[in-house]
Parts: sequence; structure tokens; C-alpha cells
Amino acid sequence: MGLYNVFQIAGSAMSAQSVRLNTVSSNLANVDSVSGTPEGAYHARQPVFAAVLQATRGDQAAVGVKVEAIVEDQTEPPREYQPGNPLADADGYVYRSNVNPVQEMANMISASRSYQNSVEVLNTSRQLLLKTLTLGQR
Amino acid sequence: MAFEFDTALGIHPRALVLRARRNEVLAANIANADTPGYKARDIDFRAVLGQAREKLPLVTTRGDHFPGLDAPGADAGLRYRVPNQPSLDGNTVDPDLEKAAFAENALRYNASLTFLDRKFRGLITAIKGE
Repeated sequence: MGLYNVFQIAGSAMSAQSVRLNTVSSNLANVDSVSGTPEGAYHARQPVFAAVLQATRGDQAAVGVKVEAIVEDQTEPPREYQPGNPLADADGYVYRSNVNPVQEMANMISASRSYQNSVEVLNTSRQLLLKTLTLGQR
Repeated sequence: MAFEFDTALGIHPRALVLRARRNEVLAANIANADTPGYKARDIDFRAVLGQAREKLPLVTTRGDHFPGLDAPGADAGLRYRVPNQPSLDGNTVDPDLEKAAFAENALRYNASLTFLDRKFRGLITAIKGE
């Protein structure tokens, strides 16, 4: 029955978007993290979404979302001259995280809007289902 | 006079099933609004309902049976949406359009439900003879 699948679909979308919100908050929290090596610097994380077919029932319409992987942004972390920093390397440089705060804020708003959409879908479908259950009873 | 539920209730039960199915398809579109490469789909409602009226569907009695291509329960009528605007990641979901379609579909589901409800009430009145 179509309406029950909606709970799975919207639920998978909500969990995927909350993973995205998690990575955003992790990235924003580490925006000022520094490290003594370029490898040790914090790299921005982004989730990769993929559609997942509910193949068990052979149903082409029920397509949820899953987080396929979480990838790290491979751009070079910016170098900064801070000889006073205890983490600085031999030449007095520290490596900042490569997080772009503006990008992350936009990402956050997009994720929260998508989450809201899924909640709305869930609510509407729930109302339809509840109404269907009382069919012919009034 | 033989009594048939099918004729008494009219097209509404089938319309309701189709609406529920379209609800699912649109929910999948909204869920995948951020999935790269996902292609939005919709149900050609008129075509599928027309088929349901005209033809006898192929009956599937087990879970692993294949439904016929034109059976109303199969993916008949599932079509890819033509995107208004291309996006770089290959996703063709337009969230605003999908939300509007979803709201419209929910309303029409409610309408079908109300019709069905009244049909049942009419039957009950006829049975009770009040």
C-alpha cells in the first residue's frame, strides 16, 4: 500500500538530511581548528546521497535516500604564519581547516528546508491514512 | 438483481489506490531532491485510470509473480518529468513543483475518500431502509 511506504521514504530522507546537518555542524565547529601538518588539518566533510530502490518488492516507485559515503574536501588547507602558536611547525606555520563557512551556512539552510519538506510530506500522508482508516464509520 | 460492489462504488476505489500510489511517487521525488543524478517521476493519471477501466489486469497471486506491463499495480504510467531547468548534478527534481503536485494529490485523495464515504453511507441507508 502506497501510503505506508511514504513513511519509509520520508524517514530515509529525514535521516539523510540530518546526517548532512551533522557534517555541517562538525565543519562549522572546526572552522578555526589548526594543526602543525597539512595532513592533520581538519578537512571539510560532505555526505554523498544516493537513491535506494526498495528492490525487495520490485516496486519502482518507492525510492528512498541513503548516505552513500562521507567524503573529505581535498583542497589544500590554508597555511598561516604563527610562530607563537605551540602547534606551529619548524618554520612557524600552522595549517587551518579548509572549511568555507559561507558554503556551510548555505548548505545548512538547504538541508533544513529539505528536512522540513519531508516532515510536511509525512504529516500529510499521516492525515490521509488516518482519514482512510475511518472510512465509512461516521 | 445481483449486487456488485464494483458497480456500486464506481471508479472511486481505483482512483483512491492510484492517488495513494502517486502520493508515494511524489514523496520519493521530494525525498530525493538533493540526490545527484536522480530523475523525478510522476504518474500519468489519466492513462492509468483509463486502463483500469478498460482492461482486466493480470492477476498476481504470489509475491514473486510479475505483474503484466499494463496492470494498474505495476509501474504503468510512471513517466520521467521533463525538467524546467537543467542542474549540474543531473537531478531533475523541482521541489516547489513537487510540493504543489503533492498538495494537489492529497486534496484529490481526500475528495475520492469523501466520495467513497458517501457511497458507503448511501448503501448503509439503503440496507437499513430508514
